Amino acid sequence: MMRRLTPAIALILIAGLAFAGPAMDASGAKQATNWHAIIMFLIFVTMTMGITYWAAGRTKSTADFYTAGGGITGFQNGLAIAGDYMSAATLLGLTAMAYTAGYDAYIYMLAFFAGWPIILFLMAERLRNLGRFTFSDITSYRLDQGKVRTMAAISSLVVVVFYLIAQMVGAGQLIKLLFGLDYNIAIFVVGILMMVYVTLGGMVATTWVQIIKACMLLFGGTLTLILAYTQFGFSLTTLLEKAEALHKLGPRLMAPGSLLADPVTAISLGLGLMFGTAGLPHILMRFFTVGNAKEARKSVLYASGFVGFFFNVIFLMGLCAIIIVGQDPQFFEGGVIGGKIIGGGNMVAMHLAKAVGGNMLLGFLAAVAFATILAVVSGLALAGASAISHDIYARVIRKGQATEKEEIRISRFATIGLGMLAIVLGILFEKMNIAFMVGLAFGVAAAANFPVLILSMYWKGLTTRGALWGGYGGVISAVLFVLFSKSVWVDVLGNPAALFPYTQPALFAMPIAFIFAYIFSKTDTGPRAKAEIAAFDDQYVRAQTGFGASGASH
Amino acid sequence: MSSVMYERMRVNPKFQKLVRERGRFAWTLSAIVLVLFYGFFMLVAFNPGLLANKIAEGSMWPIGYTIELCMFVFFWLLTVVYVRRANGEFDDLTADLIKDAQKEKL
Repeated sequence: MMRRLTPAIALILIAGLAFAGPAMDASGAKQATNWHAIIMFLIFVTMTMGITYWAAGRTKSTADFYTAGGGITGFQNGLAIAGDYMSAATLLGLTAMAYTAGYDAYIYMLAFFAGWPIILFLMAERLRNLGRFTFSDITSYRLDQGKVRTMAAISSLVVVVFYLIAQMVGAGQLIKLLFGLDYNIAIFVVGILMMVYVTLGGMVATTWVQIIKACMLLFGGTLTLILAYTQFGFSLTTLLEKAEALHKLGPRLMAPGSLLADPVTAISLGLGLMFGTAGLPHILMRFFTVGNAKEARKSVLYASGFVGFFFNVIFLMGLCAIIIVGQDPQFFEGGVIGGKIIGGGNMVAMHLAKAVGGNMLLGFLAAVAFATILAVVSGLALAGASAISHDIYARVIRKGQATEKEEIRISRFATIGLGMLAIVLGILFEKMNIAFMVGLAFGVAAAANFPVLILSMYWKGLTTRGALWGGYGGVISAVLFVLFSKSVWVDVLGNPAALFPYTQPALFAMPIAFIFAYIFSKTDTGPRAKAEIAAFDDQYVRAQTGFGASGASH
Repeated sequence: MSSVMYERMRVNPKFQKLVRERGRFAWTLSAIVLVLFYGFFMLVAFNPGLLANKIAEGSMWPIGYTIELCMFVFFWLLTVVYVRRANGEFDDLTADLIKDAQKEKL
């Protein structure tokens, strides 16, 4: 394992050496080309391209392409899952949230985190024992392949596309700011690099890009925090005293604030984040990259450790930024402290890095942010492509008759198609308010993917009809609730008032999915339904023991 | 063929034991997480003032932050507990069970 981790360590060393170099002065113009960041990013790209080249030689079968042949260890997969889960939005958005809203950000983080233990206790082992390439393998295990897979592939693609758009638009804006590159160029760079990683290197390359990036992110974030925290003698008391004295919220800084003011929103958000995580196709797919249930469990153990640790780092970074960034005129437009932050709220983490570690650390963190987007986008594209090639093409259209070669070719085309779609949509949505898209992705994941998946593993009575009603009911209701909520109906479409009063769909859409699945399964008494129910017994033994599960191919 | 194997395993008392004990263990841990998590969210929603108070007179540590920090650590420790038992005791039992079923075949 150490040998496999060498690239990541080498990168950290290279970056570490770079810190020792003379710091060039790039202050002044706010969108000047950031050479530190570009050079460090180029190092990252060169290294990941090397890995992709190596991975391409090992990607021969469909198992290699979709799941790295099941040969990833629990520790590696844990890092990769943590990488998939900690997007640029996590690093930048949550630091910004801690900076402006204080304690509310920490509540969000717990909601993002608490899904992991549940996934471990109730899902990890069964996912690994039943699944092969996509989570639709599990939902359609004993149900009608064609119909259930089509439904699961559609809801996967809805999640993937919305998440992709959010990542692409975020990427373009961020890269414009951090690197001084044009928005459209940034979108093309991300789209094209992603297509190269995924089409050539499949899951092997995608996993290693993710692992390297996770190491960089953990290293960069922790280093920034340590440098910042020394200013307060590593004392939370000192930090909080100063932060509360300075922040406009004052003593309310560390109190639950307006973000979760009403109980319905709070609970709905909690549900959406917790069960949305358990329904994200690119996360679920990671469970099939390890050899057995043992490694799958270890993956979650490591992933949740890294994620939990990093959330705490980010929260403290945000608090440190209140004092360090918030009192430094160089980070405010026109040098007016308390005015508008240069580059907007999302730049707080970057400004903090610059304040405590100079241009080197800023450059490193910027490169990490770029790498993060690239890695998350690659994981999403692979999940989307596998829904198209494995579920829709190989199983539904060709009814299992496609050769592995054909299937891989289709998934490469699908990746290129998704990459081009991501580029086009990224450019189209540049000026739009896309805050709702991540919420929508989580909402659909929680309301469509999760209910059908968990029922198919736990409830004997689920039939094809119930799964279809539950799945489609979940997707459609989640999409409609978001469409009619303030964030789309008012903020995007410009209507005067929202038709649905809450911004979080999960609390309402999840019960619809479960109730539909229950009612339409219960009333399904045809001979096929009886056969499906009877098939649960064998599935149950396999889910519990892993006997007959697809193993590691090498 | 594998259906026969599954049938053999299903009737093995060890399978019943595995399913019962691991199921109970997993659901207990899940219940702990869910109750603490949603209980905490209820506090956030209905009694935010309480969470804003400091843990002791003169301390800067707010109750809410402290509880949550403990939850991060505690939830992670629960994953450690689960993985240790599942990867040890329960996986040994599973291996036994599969061996039994394969022996029967001979």
